[in-house]
Amino acid sequence: MGSGRLYLAVAVGGFRRYATYRAATLAGVFTNTVFGLILVYTYTALWDEKPHLGGYDLAQAVTYVWVGQSLFKTLANGGGGVESELMERIRTGDIAVDLYRPADLQLWWLAADLGRAGFELLGRGVAPFVFGALVFDLALPTDVTTWAAFLGAVLLAMVVSFGIRYLVALSAFWLLDAKGVAQMVMFTGWFCSGMILPLNVFPGALGEVVRTLPWSALLQAPADVLLGHADPLGTYAFQGMWAVVLLAAGRMAQGAATRRVVLQGG
Amino acid sequence: MDEGFIDVKGVEKVFEVRKKAGFLKRERRQVRAVDSISFRVARGEMVGYIGPNGAGKSTTIKMLTGILTPSGGRLRVAGIDPSRERTRLAHRIGVVFGQRTTLWWDLPLIDSYKLMHRMYRIPDGRYRENLDRLVELLDLSELLDVPVRQLSLGQRMRGDIAAALLHDPEVLYLDEPTIGLDVISKAKVREFLRELNAERGTTVLLTTHDLQDIEQLCSRVMVIDHGRMMYDGPLAGLHEAGESERTLVVDLERELPPIEAPAPARVVRVEGPRQWLAFPASESAAPLVARIAAEYPLVDLSVREPDIEAVIAKMYVEQTEKTANAGNAGNAGKAVS
Repeated sequence: MGSGRLYLAVAVGGFRRYATYRAATLAGVFTNTVFGLILVYTYTALWDEKPHLGGYDLAQAVTYVWVGQSLFKTLANGGGGVESELMERIRTGDIAVDLYRPADLQLWWLAADLGRAGFELLGRGVAPFVFGALVFDLALPTDVTTWAAFLGAVLLAMVVSFGIRYLVALSAFWLLDAKGVAQMVMFTGWFCSGMILPLNVFPGALGEVVRTLPWSALLQAPADVLLGHADPLGTYAFQGMWAVVLLAAGRMAQGAATRRVVLQGG
Repeated sequence: MDEGFIDVKGVEKVFEVRKKAGFLKRERRQVRAVDSISFRVARGEMVGYIGPNGAGKSTTIKMLTGILTPSGGRLRVAGIDPSRERTRLAHRIGVVFGQRTTLWWDLPLIDSYKLMHRMYRIPDGRYRENLDRLVELLDLSELLDVPVRQLSLGQRMRGDIAAALLHDPEVLYLDEPTIGLDVISKAKVREFLRELNAERGTTVLLTTHDLQDIEQLCSRVMVIDHGRMMYDGPLAGLHEAGESERTLVVDLERELPPIEAPAPARVVRVEGPRQWLAFPASESAAPLVARIAAEYPLVDLSVREPDIEAVIAKMYVEQTEKTANAGNAGNAGKAVS
C-alpha cells in the first residue's frame, strides 16, 4: 500500500516544483505560441504547394503544429525534464544520497517526471493550444471519446519519453558528463518525434524507419489519435511496447551503474 | 550487547582505476581504499571516525549503508548484510551529509518531511510526534514553510538532520555535519546530537574534520589513514598513540638560563622570565613541577593540553614517512598490468 502513496507524493512534488517558477512558465507559453505561429505559416506555404501531404489536409497540418507546441515541454522530445537534474546529481555524486533511500531510483524519477509533465501539460500546453484554436481553423474532434483516447496516448508518450531520457541520464555514470549525449539525443528527438515536420510526410525507407523508432510514440502517435488518423488501441500497443522495452533497458542500466559505479566526490 | 551492533571484520574495498599509459594503452591499477578494517560499535555508542581526505572514511560509510559492496571481509549492521539488503536496512538507518542534501530544493521544508513520512512508511501518530519533537529541538518551527533554497546553511543542516531522524533510525551516520557552520549553529547541532544519543540511545558514527565535534561528543575515536585503522580507543589515549606532548609554562622571578629539566622534559622556548617546557602527555606534571619549584624561584605556572589536531597531524606525518620509506611504491596502489 505504502509505495504507491510514496510515488504519488513524489509526482505531486514534481508537479509543485515546476509550478513554483511562474515567470519561466509564462515565458515558455509565449515562446511556444510564437514558434507555433512561425510553423503554421511555414506549413501553410508547404501545404499550398502540396495539398494532402502525408495524408493531412491544411486544417489537420495546422492542428498538428499546435499539438506539437502544446506538448513540447510535456513530452520533452529533446530533453529538458528531470533527467538534467539526475545527470547533475550523478556528476556531483549527490546521487549517493538518493541511493540511501528505501525507494526505487527509476520509479522515483519516473514519478517526478510524470508530475513535471503533468504540470507542463496544464501550465504550458493549454494556453498555446487555446490560442491556436481561437486564431486558426483547427480540425478538432467533437466527441469526448477521441479526446480521452488522445489523453491516454499523451500519458503513454510521457512514459516513453521518460524511458529515453532516463537512459541518457544514466550514461552519466560512465561518461561523468552526459551533456554531449544529451545534445545528440535532443536533435535526434526533435527530428524523429516529428517536431519539425510530421513523420507521415517522410517518404520511403527514411519514413519507415522514423515511424518505428521510439520517438514516433511521442508526438506523432497522440497527434494521429486526435486527428482520427490512427486507431487508438494500435497506437497504445506501439507506445506500450516501447515503454516496456525502454524501462526494462533503464532498469538494466541502473543495475549495472549502481554495481560498478565509483561514486563521485568521496 | 557484546555482539557489536555494527560489526566489521577484515573488510576491504579495492577499486580498479584505469590510467592512461601511452597512446592507446591503459594501465589498470588497483587501489585499496579500505584495507582490512575491523571494528565493533555497540548499540548506543557515539564514535568519531576521522582521517585525512581520501583516507577511506566515506568508502567505509558507503559499505555500511550498502551502496558499495565490500571486496572482502564481513560486515553487519543490526545483523543485516547491508549490500544484500540495502532497502531493508535503509529503514533502520539515518544518513546526513554536510555537503549534500536530501531535501527538495524548490519546495517548503515541510514537503520534504511529508515525503519522508511516505518513504519510510512512518505511522501517522509517530510521524507527528517525531516531527513536533524535532521541530522543537532543532528550532525549525519558523522554517517549515520556507523553500529549502532560501534557508541558510545552518538552517538547511538542521533541516537535513531532522529529515534523517523522522523514522527513528537506530544508527545515524553523520558525515561532516558541522562543515561551514558558524559557531552558534555548530553548538546547536552538537547539543542536539548529544541529547539524541543520551535520550534515545541512537548509535552515532560521526565523520568529521572538526576535532571539536569529536572532543565534545565522542568518548571513542577511530582514526583511519590510507585505508587502515591507525587507532581505535578512547579520546584520551589518542595522545599517547600520537606521542603528544603537554606544555608547562613557568614564570620565574627573574630572567634565568634555560631550566635544566630531567629528560624527556626540555625547554622549548625562553622569553624573559617566562619559559616553556615540553613533556610527554602521558606523564604526570607533578614531579616536574615539584622539582622546578624546589630548585628555581617560581612565581606562577600553567599546563597546556595538546590539541588533538596536532596529535593526529603527527600520526599522519609518521605514517606517511613510514610508507615513504617502505619503498615509495605508491602508498596503497599496486600495478597489475
